[in-house]
Parts: sequence; structure tokens; C-alpha cells
Amino acid sequence: MIKVGLMLVFFICCSTGGEIAMTYGMKQVGEPGSFQPMVLLQFIGQAVRNGWVWLALPLLAASFYSLLILLSWAPLSVVIPASAFNYVVGTFGAKYLLNERVSSKRWMGVVMVCVGVTLVLLTGKN
Amino acid sequence: MSHEHRLRIKTLTVVLVMVLCANLGDLMLKRGMLQIGAVQISAVGIWHALLSTIHNGTIWLGILFLIGFTLCYMTAVSWADYSYVMPAGAFGYAVQTVLAVIILHEAVNAQRWIGVVLIVTGVLLVGQTHPTTTETKTATP
Repeated sequence: MIKVGLMLVFFICCSTGGEIAMTYGMKQVGEPGSFQPMVLLQFIGQAVRNGWVWLALPLLAASFYSLLILLSWAPLSVVIPASAFNYVVGTFGAKYLLNERVSSKRWMGVVMVCVGVTLVLLTGKN
Repeated sequence: MSHEHRLRIKTLTVVLVMVLCANLGDLMLKRGMLQIGAVQISAVGIWHALLSTIHNGTIWLGILFLIGFTLCYMTAVSWADYSYVMPAGAFGYAVQTVLAVIILHEAVNAQRWIGVVLIVTGVLLVGQTHPTTTETKTATP
């Protein structure tokens, strides 16, 4: 039980940390000026030179593998709500680490999505 | 058209392409793995599966779609909030369910439909908020 709990914490930290690092890096790169192929190629070139993007990639890979390990250790009824809980943890991360202003309407939407994803995935995998 | 309206349409369009790429990527990977067959959990079995995936065109098509998903995600968060893009991306679960009913004629129970309604309502709520609440800059060539 402790093993599953620790792996769940590791999974949520890697997943949210990876996505937040990716967002932080991409905010440093800035949005592409247009959607023309050359501009997009330059945009991708700048993204792959950003250190935060490179920090995000191993974290996201670790989150993927820890999810696979969790699925082999614990029942879906535990793993899926925990993975949907990422939406809530991610929103806290966005608020406190990325300084995004999260309105009550956005919070309500995030919680609805979290519960909805849990219901859809649990019935889909049963 | 106001700046905010343009921004919202741009963000939701990129998120929609992102969701499509993710769903098509998953579908192609599933098809590819069905062509390859069940992976044997042994050193030889995993090695054979790895070689088979490298030589499977459907798997490569799936990987291309998933690269498209990653690029769309990176583009979207370059200007939009993470707390906006992340829940909006969950719209894919609702699309998957509707496609399963229309194309695969799958039976979907009430619990799953409630989930779909919650996701769509949640995404609509998030979609009504301003996509960007932090400073954004334009990438310099």
C-alpha cells in the first residue's frame, strides 16, 4: 500500500512537473509570429534549444512509465481517479508556479473534467 | 473581431487539432499493435516486438500523429495558460466516446454518458475564461 502511494506521488509529481516545465519553457520561447512553415520550423528550433523543454521530456517519460508500473500494481479504480486528479494538481501548479490567474469558473470546469474523465475511463476499461 | 475573440478561436483550433492528433495517434498505435500481436513478456519476446514495431508502417503513422500532438501542445502553451489547455484537451475523451457509438456501434452505459456530459460542460466552462492570464511574447527568429 505504501509502495503504491509513493509511486502515485511520484507519478503525479513527474506528470505535473513535466507539463509545467514544458509550459514555462514554451512561455520563454514565445508564441510563433505566424503559422507559415518556415516560422514554425524556427519556432521548433528555438523550443529544442530551451533547457526547460529538455527538463520536461524525461519527467514526462518517467510519468508514462510510472503509470504503466502503477497499472501493474494497483486496480484501475485506484489508478484512474489518481491520474485524473492530475487536472486538479496541475491547476494548483499553474496558479502557484506559473502565476496564472485561475478564476472560480475555471476551477469548476477543471473539477468537472476531473470527475468526468474518471467516469469515462473507469467504464471504458471495465 | 476583438483580440480576445481571435485569441480564443486560435487557441481552441490548436487544441482541437491536438485532440485529433492524439486520438488518431492512439488509434494507429492500437491498429499497429493488433497487426503485430500480443507481446511475449521475455527478453526475446520484447526484442521481437521492438523489431516488429520498427518495421510497421501503421506504428510510424501513429508516432507521426503523436509528434503532431506534442507540437500542437507546445504551440498552444506558448501563448495560452496551462490551466486552460490541459482541461480543454480532455475533450478528446468525449470525442472518443461519440466516435465509439457512431463508428464502432459500441453500447455506452449511463455512467459513461454522465462522464461525457461532465467533460463537455467542464471544457465549455474553461473555454469561457480568458485563454491567457500571464504575459506572452512573440518568438524572435
